[in-house]
This record gives sequence, C-alpha cells and structure tokens, in this order.
Amino acid sequence: MRRSASKKKSGQSAESVTTDLFRSASSKASTKEMDRIDHLFNQYANRSSSLIDPEGIEELCSNLEVSHTDIRILMLAWKMKAEKQGYFTHEEWRRGLKALRADTISKLKKALPELEKEVRRPSNFADFYAYAFRYCLTEEKQKSIDIETICQLLEIVMGSTFRAQVDYFVEYLKIQNDYKVINMDQWMGLYRFCNEISFPDMGNYNPELAWPLILDNFVEWILEKQA
Amino acid sequence: MYYYFIAEFCSRSLEKSHLIMLKDIIVLEEGWPFMEAGVTKLHRILEELPEPAFESVQYMNLYTTIYNMCVQKPPHDFSQQLYDKYRGVIDDYNKQTVLPAIRKKHGEYMLRELVKRWANHKVLVRWLSRFFDYLDRYFVPRRNLLTLNSVGLTSFRDLVYQEIQSNAKDAVLELIHKEREGEQIDRSLLKNVIDVYCGNGMGEMVKYEEDFESFLLQDSASYYSRKASKWSQEDSCPDYMRKAEECLKLEKERVTNYLHSTTEPKLLGKVQNELLVVVAKQLIENEHSGCRALLRDDKMDDLSRMYKLYHPILQGLDPVADLFKQHVTAEGNALIKQAADAAINQDASAGGVQDQVLVRKEIELHDKYMVYVDECFQKHSLFHKALKEAFEVFCNKTVAGVSSAEILATYCDNILKTRGGSEKLSEEATEITLEKVVKLLVYISDKDLFAEFYRKKQARRLLFDRSGNDEHERSILTKLKELLGGQFTSKMEGMVTDITLAKEQQTNFADYLSASMTTKLGIDLTVTVLTTGFWPSYKTSDLNLPTEMVNCVEAFKTFYGTITKHRRLSWIYSLGTCHISGKFDKKSMELVVSTYQAAVLLLFNNAERLSYTEMLEQLNLSHEDLVRLLHSLSCGKYKILIKEPMSRTISKTDTFEFNSKFTDKMRRIRVPLPPMDERKKVVEDVDKDRRYAIDAALVRIMKSRKVLGHQQLVSECVEHLSKMFKPDIKMIKKRIEDLISRDYLERDSENPNTFKYVA
Repeated sequence: MRRSASKKKSGQSAESVTTDLFRSASSKASTKEMDRIDHLFNQYANRSSSLIDPEGIEELCSNLEVSHTDIRILMLAWKMKAEKQGYFTHEEWRRGLKALRADTISKLKKALPELEKEVRRPSNFADFYAYAFRYCLTEEKQKSIDIETICQLLEIVMGSTFRAQVDYFVEYLKIQNDYKVINMDQWMGLYRFCNEISFPDMGNYNPELAWPLILDNFVEWILEKQA
Repeated sequence: MYYYFIAEFCSRSLEKSHLIMLKDIIVLEEGWPFMEAGVTKLHRILEELPEPAFESVQYMNLYTTIYNMCVQKPPHDFSQQLYDKYRGVIDDYNKQTVLPAIRKKHGEYMLRELVKRWANHKVLVRWLSRFFDYLDRYFVPRRNLLTLNSVGLTSFRDLVYQEIQSNAKDAVLELIHKEREGEQIDRSLLKNVIDVYCGNGMGEMVKYEEDFESFLLQDSASYYSRKASKWSQEDSCPDYMRKAEECLKLEKERVTNYLHSTTEPKLLGKVQNELLVVVAKQLIENEHSGCRALLRDDKMDDLSRMYKLYHPILQGLDPVADLFKQHVTAEGNALIKQAADAAINQDASAGGVQDQVLVRKEIELHDKYMVYVDECFQKHSLFHKALKEAFEVFCNKTVAGVSSAEILATYCDNILKTRGGSEKLSEEATEITLEKVVKLLVYISDKDLFAEFYRKKQARRLLFDRSGNDEHERSILTKLKELLGGQFTSKMEGMVTDITLAKEQQTNFADYLSASMTTKLGIDLTVTVLTTGFWPSYKTSDLNLPTEMVNCVEAFKTFYGTITKHRRLSWIYSLGTCHISGKFDKKSMELVVSTYQAAVLLLFNNAERLSYTEMLEQLNLSHEDLVRLLHSLSCGKYKILIKEPMSRTISKTDTFEFNSKFTDKMRRIRVPLPPMDERKKVVEDVDKDRRYAIDAALVRIMKSRKVLGHQQLVSECVEHLSKMFKPDIKMIKKRIEDLISRDYLERDSENPNTFKYVA
C-alpha cells in the first residue's frame, strides 16, 4: 500500500504538479461557485421539503422578470432535467445552473437568451418538445394529457414559431369530439406536421402516410373550412 | 476410220435408233452438235410442235456422249466446256424464247404463259440434266459447282423471273381484288403462279415474301381499310360484325386455296387490324347499335360474335368487358333504387318486403348475366371478373338504412322459417335458392355483419320456430362453410347441435322426473341448454318468476347437477315460451305467450287490478321491458288486459285489469311480443369484434415482419381481413395508434412512416 503511494509521489512529473495546482485552484473556484448556487437554491427553496416549490418558482420568475408561463422557464427546467412539474430539486438546480455557469440571479438572467438559442437549435428542439410533454405528466402511469393542458402547452412551446398552426390546431382541439386526451405519439406528430407540412394549403400532406389520425381529421377540417 | 464413222453418224438424224459404241475420242466440235440436236428436239416438244417423244435409246446415246466426252483423257476432257454449254443452252432458250413469250402477253394471259413456261422450264431442266447427268457425278462435286438442276433454276430466276415478277404480282393482286369484289377467278391459275414465286426462292421463302407477300399484305390492308371506313359509316354494329366475320372467313379460304400457308396469320392479322382494331372504339361504343345497345336488347348472338371477333386480338376484349361491367352495374343500381323508392312509399311495419323482392331480383340478375358469361363470353376470366366487380358495387349498397348484409340475412330467414316466412318452396327449390343466396354473399364485403344477423335470426328460428326443417338449416351452413371456411360457420353449427342435444337431454330429464318420488312439478317443463359461446349474447334477467315456475327451475338445476358439476347455468327467461290456460267468461282459451308475458299475466291470479309501478316492483323488470310487455297484452290485437286509460301507449300511471270478457273464435292463440330492434346492437357488436380483429391482424403481421412501413402494414391488414370485412382505413389507423400507446408497436425514430414490433 505504502509502496504504491510512494510510487505515485515519486512518479510525479513537474507538469502534473502544475496541473494539480490548477485543478485545485479551479476546484476551489468551482466549489465557490457551487456554494453560491446552493445559496441561491436555499433562497427559493421550501425549508421543510428542501425543494423549490411552485411558490418558490413564482418568486424566481419575478426576480428573473419573466412570466412563469414563459417558455424560458420551461427551457430552464429542461436544462435542469427537472422531473416534476412545479418543483426543482437541489440536484436539478445544481445541474442546471452549473451548466449555465450562473451562480447569481443576474448571471442566470443573462444566461437565458443564450439558453433559448441553444434550445431552439433543431437538434435540441425536438428533445425539448418531447420533454415539455413528459413534464406535464403528473400521475405515475399517466400517458396522455387532457386537451385543455395541451392547448396551453402548445401555446407556450410553439406559439412564437408556428403561430398559425397553433391557433388553428387549438381551435380544432376544442371543437372535435374524437379525442379527450393527447398522447406522446400525437404530440410528436404535431411537431413533425409543423415542420414538414406547408401551411395553410397543406399541399404536401398525404393522409395515406402514417400521420396520426387526429392530424388527418385536422387537415380535413381545415380544408373543409377553406372551401 | 473412226472419224469417218462418227461423221457419218452425225449426218444422220437422231430418229435412227442405233446404239453406238464409240471407242475412240470424240472431239467437242463433233460431240456438241449431236447434243444440240437433242436439245432442239426437246425444244420442239416443249413448243408443242409435232415431234415424237424421246425413245430410251436416244436418251442413252445422249447420256453416253456426255459420258465419253467427260471421261476422255485430257486434252479431250471437255467437262468444263460441256458444263458451260449446258448453261448456255438454257440461258439462250430463256432469253430467246421464254421471256419474249411472256412479255408479249398481259394480265391473266401473261400469268397463264408464265405458268406454262415455268412448267416447261422444269421439264427442260429435268431432261437436260439427265442428258448431262455425268457432270453431276464427278465434275460438279469435285469443283464445288452448282448442280445442273441449280444451274437450270438460277437461269430461269435471273433471266425470266427477275424480269416479270413485278408485273406478275400486279396481275395477281388485280385478280385477288376481283375475287374480293365477288367475281369468280381461276384459283388454280393463281395457285400455280404462287408456286413460281415459291419455286424461285431456291428452297427459301424469301422471294415469295419479298416479291409477292409483302405487296399482298399492303394491298389487303388498304383494301380493308377502305371497307372499314365505308361500313362503319353505313352499317350497324351487328351488320358490320357479320361482314367482318365473313371477310375473315373468306381470306382464310383464300390462303387455303392458293396462297402459301405461312401467309395465313399475317394476312388475317392485317384484316383484323383494319376491320376490327382500328375501328374498335367506334364499333364497340357505337351509341345506337354497339355493345351497350346489344346488352340492353339482350342480343346474345351478336355479343357472341363480338366476343369471337375480338378474342384473338391483344386486349381486344377489354372495352367489351368494361361495357359489360358498366351495364350490369347500372342494372343492379336500378334495382337498388327501385327498392329504396318502394321503401319510402311503404310504412315501416311492412317489414322490408321490398328488400326480399330486391334479393330475388338480384339473384335473377346474377343468373341472367352468368348465362352471358358462360355462353356469349365462353367463361372468359375477364368477364367473370367484370360480373364480380359489378355485383360488388351495388350489392353493398344500403337500402333505406338497412345494410345489404342484413337484407340478405333476412332473406335467408324468410326461406328457412315456417311461420311468417315467404311462400313455401319445394325441397328442391329451397336448396337451389339457398345455393344462389350463398353465391350472392360472395359479393358482400361485410360478411361478418351478415354472420351476426344470420346468427341472431337463426337463434330465433331454432328456439321459437320448432317446426322448422333442420335439413335446410344444416344444408345452408354446409354451403357457407364451403365458401367461407369453418371458422365462419362454427358457432352456427354449434347452435344447431345444441338443439339436437337438448332434445336428448329433455328425454333424460323426463325420465328423471318420473323416476323421482319427491319431485312433482305440476307443470310440463322443457329446458333447452345452450352453449354460451355459440349463441348470441342475451341479457340475463332478474325477473321474479312466479312461484310455480321457481320449483321447476330448481328441479332442473338439481337434475343438471347430477350430470355435471363443471358447468354454470344462466337462465334466460326472455327466450322462454309459456302455454297458459286463460279462464275467460265465455270460454277457456290456451294462450301461447313468452315467459315474461306469462309472469305479467300470472300476477292477476292474486290481484284484480294492478298499477304499472306495482307490477314493476313485483316483477323486477326494467321500464323498457315492462312497457313492451304491457303493450303486447293490452294495446295489440288481443287485449288480455284492460288498460286504464284506454290510450295507445303505456305510461307509468296506467292501471291494468284482467279482461274477463276477452274471447276469440280460436281455442288457442299466440299473443305476439314484437322483438326488440336488434339492428343497433348487432352493428355495435360487429364493430367491437372488428376492432379486436384488426388489432389481432396488426399484431400478427408486425410480429412476423418486425419492421414494416405504414402503407404496407395497412394494405396487408386489409388483405388479411378481406374474407370477413373491408376494414375502414381510419379505424386501422386508430388501432395502430392504440397499439402504440399499449406498447405493442413503436414508431421508428429515424423514419416516422415505419413501425417496429415491440417484443
């Protein structure tokens, strides 16, 4: 045991010594950062549950000067990989803020535009979009989300980029009777729809392909309306 | 000495038949004139000048002369010269005599001369080559030269044939034209002329084909093209077809009579093309007399002709088959409309008589046009298909809200049931009708719907119509099984078997009762035990049975317990029948009613008057059931109960009283209880079954394929299920989505149009 330990020491080169010093310096810095992150956490967290609960999130939002229905909060949740809607655990908080390199509110606020850019990158957005759905599943075995919530979620997530599609789809969801809930497959189908199908003519939509039935019906409804 | 001998010989004419044996050399200048004399004689014979025929000695002399001149040792071996002179002789004759003779004449005369000269030539060559034969034995093969015969033929070909063949061809075509226009011509002459063409091909058909046949085909094509234009303007379709048929026949004869057999397919092809192919559309689709009109007017002979004419032509029958399909479809649609119109004019309770008429007419239509397929169209698959597709179009149409599946099931029911069914048919007629009905079923896409309606009606027949004919019940099931497989009919067959077994069991029950000392029922009880899976589903009821019946039921339960402990009995009183004795003022009567109706009536054994609500409570029935029952007993034909107030419908505030004044001329009456409308339930049940069937098919397909594109999955699913029903594409999509959410399938992450099986 001792031998190996001494081996280590004797094996140390001059270079690795500097690396070590650097590491310890940066680790000191990172520890400091983490401390500040933790400190920030405690500002919003509920004492008894040690979680940031909806109240805490409200406060966070007002400090960040964003509405709590703003997509950027959802994006933050995504970055944190937060599991439960309305709550951030200590772990999640650390994860998110560390990744954003934000240990103060002002830094966090400044990081938001950058975060938004990152999420909106096509490679990330699909993942974010799916995450948004899962985030709304509150019960354990729940697989679908009710129409009302879907409409709100759609507004938040896609409202700024696909205004027309969202408006039409929300209108349709409210008047149709076939579906009372939307599942993940249909949710993702809608994302593909917005990205691939030209709107509002939908000339390249082919109902014989594997589009979810609800979209077939949606397209039929729009075309009837336009006729 | 020998030279003198020869000279002397030569000066003599050949008429003198002396056999000469020459042992010494014959020089060409002497031998050749001898030969020439023979040639001259030959010429004279051919020119039909007075000249006696060759005697064998003369022939032998000529032959020997040649022989000698060939076997002599060089420089007296004159083979080459003789060979050339042989050719020269023939060429000269052709140039100087034959060709001018033919050229002098024209038209048919020219042809005759040609034929004569050709025949002569063959004789000439035959004789000459006999004289010069020795050359053929050694000289010709050794030097690899043309045989004497070939030399002879080539001479004719190059000097005579080449010159006159074009004119001859024109003359022949002119004669053929005349014959086509109806004139008589000399056929054997033409045959001989054709032989000239064939003969000059040196064993190949090339001369015939290039110098004659190709022109014949062209000429025929233009001839028939003109005829086609004219006739298609002037003639009706049937008349045109008759003419075309005749032309084809005549052209075929023409080939047989004087053309070469290889010309037949080519010539007929041209004629067909001009007379039939080019004008096909005009002819077949002619408004007044074309295919449509022929079908409309049942002109089977003309249609047969049309088939015969267009059958050998590639895709020629397609437009005919298409018009046939359109016609049958239109006729079928007309029947549907008729039935729909009749339905509007009749009231609902007429019970769809027009539906039954419809089925009968559909069968008649099918029979009629099947004859067409068999007789006019020679059972050709194209027409079988056309008929099938036509029937599939209209046989699936709904009439006045009733699906074709139900209509057909009702039709079968009417044939099979004894009470209230259609006219009684003979045994044989029934069999035949059932056969035809099953054939119609092939065209119906919702076969599962038919099965369900059939099953429901079969149940009613088996349970209530006991005088029915089991033979026929089994017979139609056999036919259905043959057509659609055992799975289709297994439940129905099970039902029929249940009834047979129930009879046996009833005997056992009766024995059990008589053997038992303690169990005395006081009522005759018959129980029919049904196997749940086979029969349609029925609601069990919580009807409070009259006490008399309760004992019976208990007795049977005990008896059944002695047979088996592994079965559970559910009692369906709604299917029961009861014979009650009604003691009315005027006379006692036997009332045949359902068990439910009996339960209602028996309440009045213990009460004068009962209110709706009292009865509801005592019987433990639903409102729907009680209303129906009371209606049948107080508002229908037989008013066993008096309703207060006397309105036509039952309301919850009514009160009822036993109608002691009731009577009828019969001793026994059946008080009908109209059945509930099953249609909605049947459709619901079938829809539910279809959802399971689609799920099962989808899973089965994906399990074996593992990965499959959406469109392929859908089409395979439709294929799988096509025997029983035509699945709605939207429903399939919905089931796929359902299976995804139940984790049987998943969408491929790379390609959203592809699905993967989740093990």
